[in-house]
This record gives sequence, structure tokens and C-alpha cells, in this order.
Amino acid sequence: MILRNLKMIPPLIRTIISRLLLGVLTLVAVSVIIFSTVSMLPGNFATAILGQSATPETVAAFKSRLGLDQPVATRYFNWVGGILHGDLGESLSSSPGAPRFVADIISSRLRNTFLLASVTALIAVPLSIVLGVLCALYRGAAFDRVVNGISLTTISIPEFLIAYILLIFVAVRLRWLPTLSNVKDGMDVAEWVRRMTLPVLVLTIGIIAHMMRMTRSAIIGVLSSPYIHMAKCKGASPARVILRHALPNAWAPIANVVAVNLAYLVVGVVVVETVFVYPGIGQTMVDAVRTRDLPLVQACALIFASAYILLNLVADIIAISTNPKLLHPR
Amino acid sequence: MDIVNTPNTTDISSSAKLTSGRRNRFSYALRKAPLNVKLCFAIVAVYLFAAFFADLIAPFGESELVSREPFASWNGINLFGTDQLGRDVLSRLIYGARNSIGIAIITTSIAFLMGGTLGIIAAFFRGWVDQVVSRLIDILMAIPGLIFALMLLSVFGTSIQNLILIIAILDSTRVFRLARALAMDVAVSDYVESAQVRGENLLWIITQEILPNILPILVAEFGLRFCFVLLTTSSLSFLGLGVPPPMADWGSMVRENASLITYGDITPLIPAVAIALITVAVNFIVDWYLQIRGGSNG
Repeated sequence: MILRNLKMIPPLIRTIISRLLLGVLTLVAVSVIIFSTVSMLPGNFATAILGQSATPETVAAFKSRLGLDQPVATRYFNWVGGILHGDLGESLSSSPGAPRFVADIISSRLRNTFLLASVTALIAVPLSIVLGVLCALYRGAAFDRVVNGISLTTISIPEFLIAYILLIFVAVRLRWLPTLSNVKDGMDVAEWVRRMTLPVLVLTIGIIAHMMRMTRSAIIGVLSSPYIHMAKCKGASPARVILRHALPNAWAPIANVVAVNLAYLVVGVVVVETVFVYPGIGQTMVDAVRTRDLPLVQACALIFASAYILLNLVADIIAISTNPKLLHPR
Repeated sequence: MDIVNTPNTTDISSSAKLTSGRRNRFSYALRKAPLNVKLCFAIVAVYLFAAFFADLIAPFGESELVSREPFASWNGINLFGTDQLGRDVLSRLIYGARNSIGIAIITTSIAFLMGGTLGIIAAFFRGWVDQVVSRLIDILMAIPGLIFALMLLSVFGTSIQNLILIIAILDSTRVFRLARALAMDVAVSDYVESAQVRGENLLWIITQEILPNILPILVAEFGLRFCFVLLTTSSLSFLGLGVPPPMADWGSMVRENASLITYGDITPLIPAVAIALITVAVNFIVDWYLQIRGGSNG
């Protein structure tokens, strides 16, 4: 019965549903991995954090605060249950009298990072697709070769170099923009924009090259198909061939690349936030790793990983829903 | 273009004659290579020279305090000035070549050994072996690499061994994907089947039948992964979570001297440029290598 019902659902919806289920499954698996890293803690972890002088009592208290004295499964379900209620646990930096909750530390910073990443995405994605299409259109010409060379270079240099070069010339020497991006609540919008410009610029340069190159090669890959030949033979202009005939068939790989790079943006923010002292979740995570504040690290890792999985899921769904073979089943 | 294309069968031979022929063709292609590719080879050669002979060419020791003045400006004795503790920046830059490149090469090699072996095994056995390994790798890949590395470093603490192992394991997932995809095509070919019928053991089939056929693309991938690993470890060092002091490492050097940036001093950029230069050079070489291979494949 169920099987027959499944067959009634159009293939497009069916594929999307199965992708969504897979995404949820991945998320659960990833949460298990992130959770279980705490169980992989070396035995000396408590003394490494508390110092050599720690008494057995303080070590035991520390372990019970991490929940290490309970069975693994109980701990996992408590942890997940807490997260679903918005409770991410207590930071190790909290002292007995003054608890610091991970959720409180993260929430405003998460918003800052989200703002930084989405502004970057809004600029970088259209720009790289346009550049990629132009390169495919003029492939082999000087424009293509120059853009290709520049993009290969920006792919292979570390973000902190791009960041510091811009910092030295734009912020220190020319004094156009501030060197620090320590935005605060209550700052007026113009100042906020001024302080965010450099981080956004660095991140854009960092991710645009890859997206552009893949867009170009996705379109060029399609260009060897028979229907492109047909379109050329009937006299369509090169621009029309690319925009009307090649691009619609290249959306799937492009969507994939965009998602992969937006996911990469998630990683890029860690470095960029540190360089510009931007109060985001990436900087928080780096600080937490340095002080080995595990509950905070886990929460940050879970957020980054969920964003990454979600973006890849969206890309998959876009790729599926623009696939002509699934859209028009025989 | 996707680099996953099967190599042409005429390229493949274990006989010495054809191998030397391939080498000749490579040196011929190198002579015909465009100027910028030759330049890239020269850059890599200079780096390797610096890495091997750091003791001989560096004017001062790796962590030797040569000046009482921290952040000394560029002068005749300390060509690039001194760092925050009064150590010679140029010498640390040269030792950094050894440490940074060495760590990256070791890490990439471990990643290829693990990922490559697992990938070929998964492709060869298929069935549930492939399913189990592939799904595990999928889950590992669902977490962004740097984030996973940060998390593991916070659990295990920062040390060079931990850094190398963590990055190698995370990077081997990408190698696994590629090696598996490449080996899938080769594993079903007639000569692998005939080797099986002949009764060759698994090691022989992997090293003598499958590996030679997917090696050229794996070599190119090794170059790209090396760059990626160098960038990742440098980023971690830059964040203060990679190579621990007092070892000279380019990423750490950028971090240690970063405060000079606000005075418009470009000294902290030098180690960053050192990283950039070699990754760009390797990338261009790989790009060229894939192009000439693509050409010879028709």
C-alpha cells in the first residue's frame, strides 16, 4: 500500500523528501560525533585544565559538571534535549556563584556572524556567477585569462594575508576605514557599515574565485552538448546560447558550488573575525578552544556544522528542483 | 573541469622502457612550459633548498635572541628586523620553510596513505565494505574541516603531533572520495579481473594494478591537498592553535608580529607572502600538469 502511495508522489517531491530525511539523519549523526568528542577526552584532561594542584575532590566536581559521571546515552539525550529548549549548558568559565550560560554568550555573537556571512553572500554570489558567465562567454580571450590568473591566485593565498594587505593599505595608510571591526549594539548604522566593510571585502575575495571558476567550468561543460550545437546552428547569438541554453542546464552544479563556498564562508569567518576583532561566533570559538572551554566549543561547532549541513541541503534541493529530467518526467 | 577522468590506457605500463619514455615526455613538456610555470618550479626549488639547508643559510639560530630591541626595524644585521622577543625575522623565515613545509608534507602524506588505501579498498570490495566506509566518511565530511579541527584540538590540546594527526585524518576524507571514484572505474577493468583470476593477493592488485592507473591524478591532487593543508595549518597557527612556540612557523610569525600592522609596517606580511607564494606556485604547476595531461589524453 505504502509503496503504491509512494509511487503516486511525483519524482521531484519524492527526491526532495528523501533528501530532507537524509539531512536530518546527517544532523543527528554529526551531533553524536560532536557530543562524543568529550568522551574521547584524555584521562589527564581535568588536571590539564585545573592544574597539577587539583585535589581529587575538585577533579570529581569538575567531571560531574561536564556530566562525565553519568552514562553516555543519558548525557547525550540530556544534551540534545537541552539544545532543543535553547539550553546549551554552562560555560566552564563560570564560577560557582556566577554561572555563565553558553546560550547567553553566543546569542548576540551569532547574530553578528550571521549578518557578516549573509552580507558577504549577497555580494559574492551574484558577482561570481556574472563573472563566471562572462568568462565562459569570452573563454580563451584576454579577459578570461586575466580573471583566471587572479582567481587562481586568490584561491591559493591565506585569508589573513588578504586581510592584512587590505588592512595596511586601506585602513592604516589611506585611513579610509577603521582597522578594528568591534561593532557594538547601539552604534549608528553608518558606523556599523564602515566597520563591516573590510571583513566583508576579505570574505568576498576569499570565496568569489572558487564560485566563479566552477560556474565557468559548469557552463563550458554544458557547451559541448548536442543541443548547444543545435542552438548555434540555428543562428542564436553566443550570449543567447549561454544564457538561454547553457545556463539553465548548469544551475545544478552552480548551486552546488555556491553552497559549498557559502559553507566555506562559515570557516572563513573564523579567521576574518579574529583579524578584525569582529565580535562573532568564530572569534568566540577560537577563544573557547584556547581556554579549552568544551561546552562552548561544542555549541559553536554544532552551530557551524548545522549551518554547513543546511546549506548543502539547500544546494541539493535546488539542484534537484532545477534538474530538467526530474521536472519533466516521462 | 572535474579532474576525475580515467587515464588513457596507452599511458599505463610498468615496463621500464615506457616509464623512461614518460619521464622524457615530462622533461620535454617542462622545456616547452610557459615562462610562468618555469618560474613556479624555480620558486618551489628555492623553498625546498631553504628547507633542507636552513642551518647553513640562516644567519642566526631559530629561536636565538639576537637583539635586545624587540620589533627592531630592518637593518644591515637583521635584514627584516627582529620580532617581539628580539629574534631575527629572516632566520625564522628560513627555519619556517623547514617547519611549515615539513609539517604540511608529512600531514598530506599520512592523509594520502590513509585515504588512498581506504578508497581503493572500498572501490575494490564494493558491497557493504564500501557502504560502511563511505557513510562514515560522509558523516565526517558533513562537519567543516577547520571547525572539526578546532574542536579536536580543544579536546586533545595543541601539539605538533596532534596537529598533524588531526589534519591528516580530516584531509584523508577528501582523498578517500577521489581515490574511490578513480579506483571504481579501474577495479572493474579486465586486467584487474585477470590479476584476481591469476590469484594475485590484495596488496599486489592495489599497488601493481590499480594504483599505477590512478596515480597521475592522485599526484595532481597531492599538490592541491598540500596547499590546502599548508593553508589550514598556517591558519591554525595564526589563530594561536597550531605549531606551538618557540618553533618558527609562518602562520605563528604573522600572529606574533601582527601588532606592527597598525603602524603600517609590512614585516608581518612577509611570512604570509611566503605561504602565498608557494601555494600559488604549486597551484599553477598542478594546473599546468593537468592541462598537459589532458592534452596528451586527447
